[in-house]
Amino acid sequence: MAEASLHEKTAASKDGPLLNVRGLEAWYGDSQVLHGIDFDVKPGEVVTLLGRNGAGKTTTLKAIMGIMAKRKGSVQFQGKELINLAARHVARHGIAFCPEERGIFSSLSVKENLLLPPQIMPGGMSVEQIFELFPNLKERLGSQGTRLSGGEQQMLALGRIMRTGAKFLLLDEPSEGLAPVIIQQIGRTISRLKQDGFTIVLVEQNFHFASKVADRHFVVEHGKVIDMIPNDQLDSSIDKLHAYLGV
Amino acid sequence: MMSAVVEGKAASSHAETGRTAKSRSHMALFLALLAAGLVAPFFLYPVFIMKVLCFALFACAFNLLLGYGGLLSFGHAAYFGGASYITAHAAKVWGLTPELAILVGTLAAAVLGLAIGALSIRRQGIYFAMVTLAFAQMVYFISLQVPFTGGEDGIQAVPRGELFGLISLKSDFSLYYVVLAITFGGLLAMHRIIHSPFGQVLTAIRENEARAISLGYRVNRYKLMVFVLSATLAGLAGSTKAIVFQVASLTDVHWSMSGEVVLMTLIGGMGTFFGPVVGAAVIVTMQNYLASFGAWVTVIQGAIFVVCVLLFREGIVGKAASIFKKFGAAVRKS
Amino acid sequence: MFEIFGIPSQALFGQLLLGLINGSFYAILSLGLAVIFGLLNIINFTHGAQYMLGAFVAWMLLTYFGIGYWWALILAPVLVAVTGVILERLLISRLYQLDHLYGLLLTFGVALIVQGVLRNHYGISGMPYSIPEELSGAMNLGFMFLPVYRGWVVVASLVVCLGTWFVIEKTRLGAYLRAATENPALVGAFGINVPRMITLTYGFGVALAAFAGVLAAPIYSVNPNMGADLIIVVFAVVVIGGMGSILGAIATGFGLGLVEGLTKVFYPEASSVVIFVIMAIVLLVKPAGLFGRAS
Repeated sequence: MAEASLHEKTAASKDGPLLNVRGLEAWYGDSQVLHGIDFDVKPGEVVTLLGRNGAGKTTTLKAIMGIMAKRKGSVQFQGKELINLAARHVARHGIAFCPEERGIFSSLSVKENLLLPPQIMPGGMSVEQIFELFPNLKERLGSQGTRLSGGEQQMLALGRIMRTGAKFLLLDEPSEGLAPVIIQQIGRTISRLKQDGFTIVLVEQNFHFASKVADRHFVVEHGKVIDMIPNDQLDSSIDKLHAYLGV
Repeated sequence: MMSAVVEGKAASSHAETGRTAKSRSHMALFLALLAAGLVAPFFLYPVFIMKVLCFALFACAFNLLLGYGGLLSFGHAAYFGGASYITAHAAKVWGLTPELAILVGTLAAAVLGLAIGALSIRRQGIYFAMVTLAFAQMVYFISLQVPFTGGEDGIQAVPRGELFGLISLKSDFSLYYVVLAITFGGLLAMHRIIHSPFGQVLTAIRENEARAISLGYRVNRYKLMVFVLSATLAGLAGSTKAIVFQVASLTDVHWSMSGEVVLMTLIGGMGTFFGPVVGAAVIVTMQNYLASFGAWVTVIQGAIFVVCVLLFREGIVGKAASIFKKFGAAVRKS
Repeated sequence: MFEIFGIPSQALFGQLLLGLINGSFYAILSLGLAVIFGLLNIINFTHGAQYMLGAFVAWMLLTYFGIGYWWALILAPVLVAVTGVILERLLISRLYQLDHLYGLLLTFGVALIVQGVLRNHYGISGMPYSIPEELSGAMNLGFMFLPVYRGWVVVASLVVCLGTWFVIEKTRLGAYLRAATENPALVGAFGINVPRMITLTYGFGVALAAFAGVLAAPIYSVNPNMGADLIIVVFAVVVIGGMGSILGAIATGFGLGLVEGLTKVFYPEASSVVIFVIMAIVLLVKPAGLFGRAS
């Protein structure tokens, strides 16, 4: 039931998608985790992937990024097929990835972490702009990356990919394990990025946070997208969502 | 662990029911090997087969640690060569009968294995290999310096003596059957060890160490025990070799000997019970035929290492087993 | 000249200098092993053979092409590094998905091949390589005569070790290397070519070994076995120091060389085993190594 309505909705969108994922499958070793993920993202949109633990949300981001060694299906970005590209070539198309648990390098200083990702294309934020957004980072440039608080690490993880010029971001649980006030700051940052024309795919467990920033929500279960809920229909779909997420 | 990689496939496809079938086929192979061993000296040069037997026992002892304990020792020459020195000394200077000399050498290897093993198991994986190699090099340097080993000359003209003070082992023929008995004794002991409850705990540790710890097993005790058993049996092989060739020398404690036993096991099939026997036969035969080529033997051994690691990780016996299995499956299907 | 503990100062400091020279080689070689291990996760058993190749290439350059020491100091590491890069691309890179121990076995096999081929061709007696004129002779330091070349070896090794430390710890290139050592997948997802970094890192580690080999050529005779026993001692050095820290590897290398030199003065019988004894003690007291992080 959900599948038919989902396809209608995506087909109805007039402006072509920036990212179009069709039948995406992926494996960890011999065990298949994704069984045909379908979703799309329009330019300038913020979408979330919602779902229970182990549903395949993180794996979806990794498969798009080209980090999963074994994957099948289609990932089209700006009309170009990415499914057979190595991660570094996917990145060169202007897609940036912020992993679960932030991926701050402990053997690098804050400054080195910030400057690590090379600039892919022009138009990235300058270091000064990033400091405006996250003033904490400026004071701690010399510290070891992992000595920062969780919130500061998240800012660093976001800041470093905003430098690269990539306008399409894959963010894996940016709100995880953070204090409410920090989550608000991350939320403001995402809204600001949206205003600046970034397109964002967000994996979230924090449903409340997701509802504040996203345009559409895709529900992932057992390695498939089983439903799509536009943010403005969220209130009317709340029971359905709770059933999906088992809250 | 590497052995887990090798064994994992075999283990997962073998259900509990397969286990008895496997041990039955092992028994059949044991009997076939024994029969071959009994008649072999009528067809082949006995000293050559004795060499193969000594190395087969050595390689199986090494494989007990690698294939079943999951630990790659790069210093097994220490126990092999160390025991051969002690046995040679015991037989020549103390005048012990060969069986006692072999016993003394084997016990010395056990003690050495206990000391080195207790230290080495404090590191894992690649570090374990480096630590065992370094300790073996220490044994080599000590062998080079202490007076009783005879330095570069080694201990020569070791008497074969009389077994139990009764049976002269001067003739290759009578000695051969003693060596055959020792080798098979060692192999059967290993077979028992592997299929005992102790061996099953070892398998559990190798496949998932964290889980074994959480089940309450004192993992390091098991590792140390299998290390000592492996060193002891390697020592038995070295002791026997000293009696057979009547010499103990630096060759047997050198790192290249540690490498050779790795190679025998690799080419025969790591983690397969009979693989090291086959590997020992292949390498000893090759060395015999190529003896006149000098350093080319080293080059060829190096090349075999490279080829085995890249293309032939199952080894001869592992490959044969998987072909046999495929064949069996094909027959059952048709 | 004077005496310390009844030992003439020349003998004491002479041995200490020899120890320092051995320590230089331990430091450069263990540094190379650590850099390679960090990114490739293999122990490069060919390292000893590559050190030997460095000395051999220097000897060949001189003997066959008349190219002297100073050029050899640059050319030999580059040439040996090229063979290392080929080795990594052709063979080692096929093993990254497998257990790390296969890398050890493969590189052990390659070491046997290289050593065997050269042994066939050149025997084991060793060929002399003379000290370049600029560095021959000795200086009287008051407490000892310092052969200039030996002083040069220590200084050159220190410079190369500290240079390597600087590049890894203080430059952008080094930041890439450290990051890729921690999490290669994420570094790749930033658009960085990690496989190429791995290849170049292996080449760099090999070049370090070959550089040590060129330095060693005038001190020890050039022969195919010169790296075989050395590499085992270096393994012990690596176990003692742990591979987590660059400065730690350098300090451990020089320090153990000195300890070995001191042992030669006071208890020469133990000098060949003292490093292994220290390894045993470290395994008892701090199994992860002096500078290692417990994993």
